[in-house]
Amino acid sequence: MTQAADRAFVRMEGVGHCYNPEGGPMAVQQIDLEIHRHEFVAVVGPSGCGKSTLLRMVSGLLIPSAGNVSVFDKPVTEPRDDVGIVFQKPTLLPWLSVRKNVLFPLKHKYGRYSAKDEKRADELLDMAGLAQFADRMPDELSGGMQQRAGIVRALLLNPDILLMDEPFSALDAMTREQMGFDLLKIWSDNPKTVLFITHSISEAVLLADRVLVMSQRPGTVLDLIDVDIPRPRTEQTIQTPEFAELTARIRKHIYEPH
Amino acid sequence: MNRTKALPPQSPAMKKVRAVLMRYASAIFFIALVGIWELVCRIGEVPNYILPSPSSIFHAFFDVEFSRWLTHLWATLRVALLGFGLSIVIAIPLAIAMVRSELMTRVIYPALVVVQATPVVAVAPLIIVLMGTGDVSRVLITCMITFFPLVVSTTTGMLETPEELVELSQSLRAPRYRETWQIRIPYAIPHIFSGLKVSITLAIIGAVVAEFVAAEQGLGYFIQFSTSFFKIPQAFAGLIFLAVISLLLFKSVTWIQTWLFPWSLPKKK
Repeated sequence: MTQAADRAFVRMEGVGHCYNPEGGPMAVQQIDLEIHRHEFVAVVGPSGCGKSTLLRMVSGLLIPSAGNVSVFDKPVTEPRDDVGIVFQKPTLLPWLSVRKNVLFPLKHKYGRYSAKDEKRADELLDMAGLAQFADRMPDELSGGMQQRAGIVRALLLNPDILLMDEPFSALDAMTREQMGFDLLKIWSDNPKTVLFITHSISEAVLLADRVLVMSQRPGTVLDLIDVDIPRPRTEQTIQTPEFAELTARIRKHIYEPH
Repeated sequence: MNRTKALPPQSPAMKKVRAVLMRYASAIFFIALVGIWELVCRIGEVPNYILPSPSSIFHAFFDVEFSRWLTHLWATLRVALLGFGLSIVIAIPLAIAMVRSELMTRVIYPALVVVQATPVVAVAPLIIVLMGTGDVSRVLITCMITFFPLVVSTTTGMLETPEELVELSQSLRAPRYRETWQIRIPYAIPHIFSGLKVSITLAIIGAVVAEFVAAEQGLGYFIQFSTSFFKIPQAFAGLIFLAVISLLLFKSVTWIQTWLFPWSLPKKK
């Protein structure tokens, strides 16, 4: 994985962070991770283990106090505008229609958008199955639909990297599973490098190419697991022995003391 | 609220009576209150200069020329609205400055609290001495009494913007003023309107206080003037005018919110 030919897209070397600048407990420490282009990496770990800290470091919203983060060999020193972020809550703006919410990144960054952009927004909404809701207000949509609109918003600027911070954790179990498959479809149509934070072990295995397992705070890497389950993955994937084996392996890390 | 659940079974006619009672409860109560007031005045032969009866107040409306009412009404309304407008113009930029800069908060906020803690009624005569007896003084007094709730509600609203949206703005590297105008201010709209509702009723109070101190017209002046001549029914009539415009202004704020920002209203169950 460290061969020069196989250059990592996102690289983290010895990354650690302490939120208190005067010292104190580390939120994460000694993280080494390389993510390849168009790879889907999920991060699992107990609450408060610094999963979101990791994500914010890749986006440049947070500069780690130790180690280096680089994207395509360029160190991350400030917020990057080539990442799309999907948050735990959809955080759509309640005063804008779904279409305008999707176009919001353009409106916000440049102050305007063109008819071409509107067309792209409509195509993305169509892909996410939201075409007929484009003119509705966010509060007229279900939680799952709102979150899909949130994903579409993150895709608008066609970012190289999609950062997802527990995007489905506010949804009910059934919607959640469906959203996972929807996301895989969107991802296969628009390949992106994805960093997906979750606290659901099965969700991580179902979606990702690799799963990073983190320890309790201060978060470190316990395991990095290759998920060799062929795609496309469906609800049948969940019943395969490989799936059971991998989730068991992760569970062991989470529940057994180290 | 389930306050009606423990009722015994009722006939349809009873239900209908109940429904009507429920619908007009406040009107019926109000009419009953006025009725009792009238009765107390008549039976107890209370003199008009102590407690005028509703009927004498009603007659007092017509003892004063309509054009005079309009002059007084307009004078008070003008001062209240100008003061209210001025406080919006001052409060919102102040709130933005405080949200954007901690230094500004440290500088401005204590000063605001001091101004708010000083009773405006006590400061009013000083303002009149300083600024003269014209509209300017009265507008300033009104502004002083109305701007604090607006600053506080706008600041609170802007600070309640979800952290994720602020991060979204940062990650887009959008200019800071767009974070304020496209995210924080709209998020503050429900709070701003709560502040506006408090302020608009305070604006009438401010205008009346100012008129008590120095004025030649206005409903506050009219009430003071009428009282000093023991024309108590007239004073009550003026008071009713004040209550009515205060209510109408309050309602107007709600109407404006419904009209311009329907999304900002609490969701109906």
